[in-house]
Amino acid sequence: MLPELGHFALILALLLAALQAFFGIAGAHYARARWMGAVVPAVAGHAVMVATAVGCLIACFVGNDFSVAYVAENSNSALPLFYRVTALWGAHEGSLLLWILLLALWTVAVVIGAQRLPERFAARVLGVLGIVSLGFLLFTLATSNPFLRLDPPAPDGRDLNPILQDPGLAVHPPILYTGYVGFAVAFAFACAAMLEGKLDQHWARWTRPWTTVAWAFLTCGIALGSFWAYYELGWGGFWFWDPVENASFMPWLVGTALIHSLAVTDKRGLFKSWTLLLAIVAFSLSMLGTFLVRSGVLVSVHSFAADPARGVFILAFLVIMVGGALTLYAWRAPLLKSQAGFELGARESFLLFNNVLLVIAAATVFAGTLAPLISDTLKLGTLSVGPPYFNPTFMLSMLPLMALLSVGIHANWKRGRLQDKTRLLLYTFVAAAVLGTGLVYGIYAPGSLLSAVGATLGIWIALSSLVDPLERLWRGLSLPRAVLGMTLAHLGIALAVIALTTVQSFTVERDVALAPGASAHVAGYDFRFDGVRPVEGANYQALAASVLVSYQGTRVALLEPQKRQYWVQRQVTSETAIKMHHGNNVLLALGEDLGAGRWSLRIQVRPLVSLVWIAAFIMALGGSLAASDRRYRTARVAEAPALAGTLEQPG
Amino acid sequence: MNRFLLPLGIFLLLVVVLAIGIKHSPDKGTIASPLLGKPAPQFALPSLADPSRQVRSQDLKGRWYLFNVWGTWCGECRAEHATLLQVSRAGVLPVIGLDWKDSDEEARAWLSQLGNPYQAVAVDRNGRTAIDWGVYGAPETFLVNPQGVVVYKHIGAVTLATWTHEILPRVTAPATGS
Repeated sequence: MLPELGHFALILALLLAALQAFFGIAGAHYARARWMGAVVPAVAGHAVMVATAVGCLIACFVGNDFSVAYVAENSNSALPLFYRVTALWGAHEGSLLLWILLLALWTVAVVIGAQRLPERFAARVLGVLGIVSLGFLLFTLATSNPFLRLDPPAPDGRDLNPILQDPGLAVHPPILYTGYVGFAVAFAFACAAMLEGKLDQHWARWTRPWTTVAWAFLTCGIALGSFWAYYELGWGGFWFWDPVENASFMPWLVGTALIHSLAVTDKRGLFKSWTLLLAIVAFSLSMLGTFLVRSGVLVSVHSFAADPARGVFILAFLVIMVGGALTLYAWRAPLLKSQAGFELGARESFLLFNNVLLVIAAATVFAGTLAPLISDTLKLGTLSVGPPYFNPTFMLSMLPLMALLSVGIHANWKRGRLQDKTRLLLYTFVAAAVLGTGLVYGIYAPGSLLSAVGATLGIWIALSSLVDPLERLWRGLSLPRAVLGMTLAHLGIALAVIALTTVQSFTVERDVALAPGASAHVAGYDFRFDGVRPVEGANYQALAASVLVSYQGTRVALLEPQKRQYWVQRQVTSETAIKMHHGNNVLLALGEDLGAGRWSLRIQVRPLVSLVWIAAFIMALGGSLAASDRRYRTARVAEAPALAGTLEQPG
Repeated sequence: MNRFLLPLGIFLLLVVVLAIGIKHSPDKGTIASPLLGKPAPQFALPSLADPSRQVRSQDLKGRWYLFNVWGTWCGECRAEHATLLQVSRAGVLPVIGLDWKDSDEEARAWLSQLGNPYQAVAVDRNGRTAIDWGVYGAPETFLVNPQGVVVYKHIGAVTLATWTHEILPRVTAPATGS
């Protein structure tokens, strides 16, 4: 009964999304107040129906209803309750349902926030969001229905993919998707502005907080994914330039560019068409991410479902959504004129560099991700693109970006002279160079030139972004959340640069073979292997090694890395053991049984690696602070909704 | 106007590449199966030729075999049928069929009309065994070694090229099978 109810709710949600799209866009176009009045009830009904569908599927998981194919394929009666709930997004169909739910929630949030917006504009925004919902619901119902029944029911489920049985995975997809889907709001704002043929500074101010919040979620999601890959996959890396990782990173880079470009449009009324394009591209990349992950076009370590038929559908959907938006752009963007100008050296020019460099970075990642596909399509042979391509090309755009950041935040709007800031920048740079070189050559000797440059830039960003807020406090001025948020985000960037530099340059990695009682000495730490013992889990059995870690004779921790064999899926996973010590991340992974009690162990000591993730969370925190600034909440519009003024309707 | 059309142009180019990519992805057979390197799922299903008898996975232990998932409703299965007949005539290994979500009469008619490449055909009317094998769509073909471990999976129609370049080398030189 429950699965049918969920299926039915999903069909109703589809109809309501269609109504929302029609009444939103047509109502605004023909200025019919009653049509536009129907949009909000449609949004509410749609959200309730989607929530009902999700609730039904969760109930099927919790109640172990193995007559539902999706439950039978992704759960098991021995699976702990927590994972029975999170198994909802353990595979393709449920992930899509989660996507739809999050889109519904974002739409409701827009309705609540849209009370300040002109009625026609709000109707158009909600109409565009309705089209997006409609597309994803059609996709789900046509190709990926999670409510299909098995006849007769399975006696028990095939269990959740073991690498997904982890608290990190429980929270990673919802947060990542919240970010992905959040860019739909910026996309809808952009489309609405183009449909209206009008884009002013108010528009930028309305769009900014939505974009920043989506960006903050995406930042958290990427960091969690990286953290999960680090300690669950057991390969001892935190970023692999894997297609799925890149799929989330590209919207992040473009989203970062969008946040900065929106700031220029808001403050100075410039970069209008560019901002629109970035808003379209950020969401297109989010959808392309779904496409790359779900279609099987690119095969990756992360993709747990791949199906060409679904790819065709998503491609058609992309053509309609992105192609439509870009056509609208080609038609309407030439109408947007900016009067103001700015000098080279003004803040606008630095934000322009920021945008160009971030877009170049996204383009290089994009090229590297799609190169294997293109080479295959053009029959140039199978090509594999990895860190040797990504690391240097990415650095090529990031180094100048980081170098310009410190100067850019001290530049003035409109005017190119830095004036009294020149000396300040010089002092902070000298201090950063001393500290950075000291860090690289002093604490983590021996360093390379590149790591010294990296550390210097990181410290310079930190110092120079702290100057302004500290000065404001010194002078007794208030610190608006927007400034505080920006400072935090830039501090996060600084920390990330420092952490990535030290991790890349000073990680020690060693594979050792140890007999019980034997010790290995790696990077100042002693590792004593005390043999392995069997461990029983709820739905797996494991072998756990005991390794006593000590540093200069004092005990640090007893680490117990495991190798788990899951019963149902007969899959072996490696559970790494990690200990933080003096900023170092000591990681142990249990390798192979070499016979006679001897085992191979992988030992890694990574300095400051946790700082990479902490930095990401600081950035996200900065983003959410900035988005909650008062100026967005009080940006109520004085102008009357252009209901009567249908004359200005172009086209 | 021109420069505002540029994003659309780039996007359309990308769509063409992706479309070709989709077209090529199934016959690349690159969709990794979680089953590779793991024991083949157990099954005991009624035989198509004689429903009173069973086709059982444990009876197949100790030798190489091809496990081919097909159905009379599947167009590509018709395309690969000739290849399967040649494979079975070569006599290197037996081909075991899994008749997936199909009607028995139609399946028997198909085999008597087109020829029967299968040593045995197991009937999986509700698709449970196909789920165990992680089948996304017919046809799919698995190569199982004498230890009962899945060493290779092919998605889409098996061609002579697949047979000579992918399957045969693994059977004749099992050490390189991965």
